[in-house]
Amino acid sequence: MMRVLLFGRLGDLAGWREREFDPPLKTLAALRALIAAADPALGDAIAGKGVQTAVNKEIVRGDMVLPPGAEVAFLPPMSGG
Amino acid sequence: MIRLVTTTFDPGAELGRFCAGRDKSGAVASFVGLARGEGGAATALELEAYPGFTETEIARMAEAASERFSLHDVLIVHRHGPIAPGEPIVLVATASAHRREAFEACDYLMDYLKSQAPFWKKEHGPAGARWIEPSARDLDDIARWD
Repeated sequence: MMRVLLFGRLGDLAGWREREFDPPLKTLAALRALIAAADPALGDAIAGKGVQTAVNKEIVRGDMVLPPGAEVAFLPPMSGG
Repeated sequence: MIRLVTTTFDPGAELGRFCAGRDKSGAVASFVGLARGEGGAATALELEAYPGFTETEIARMAEAASERFSLHDVLIVHRHGPIAPGEPIVLVATASAHRREAFEACDYLMDYLKSQAPFWKKEHGPAGARWIEPSARDLDDIARWD
């Protein structure tokens, strides 16, 4: 099992903010492809400019093999204060 | 020290505690960010955080600021969840030997928080809700420190 989290406008766009995927995906690229197939608008949005990806709360770039039980988060541009 | 809170806080009391018992630091600078009402156009602000990630990322930046500006101590209190106009969103306090480092570190940390800290900000108003992403001004502000 793995968990996917969407933050900010991505959660509103998808209509969910947290979802479990079982069986888990082996790579980040496979997860992105599955998301894009199920919801093309969300697929475009998570691939969009300024959207970062975190795996187990660490920012990652490009593709990677996902560890068992991974938590993947898609993070649109951040703004605090 | 980094604290995320979900209810309103008293910046004055926080600053009082931050200053108490400090005899090595000659300077404490602070900044308080408040939620703007925008003349009725904004009825509430909602900040989303990523618990476990947001604190770690802010702590990492506070550590870098401490190094860069030779700080003795840093306090960041940041709200998330719904915030009413006029309520404090963020308090940054920095302590150093002399004032210049404290002022600059406070300015730097606020520029970082505005454009890079893991929060997502939604403004609710009579015209609906919109997500607020860093403005061109915010991005210029953080670029000053490169």
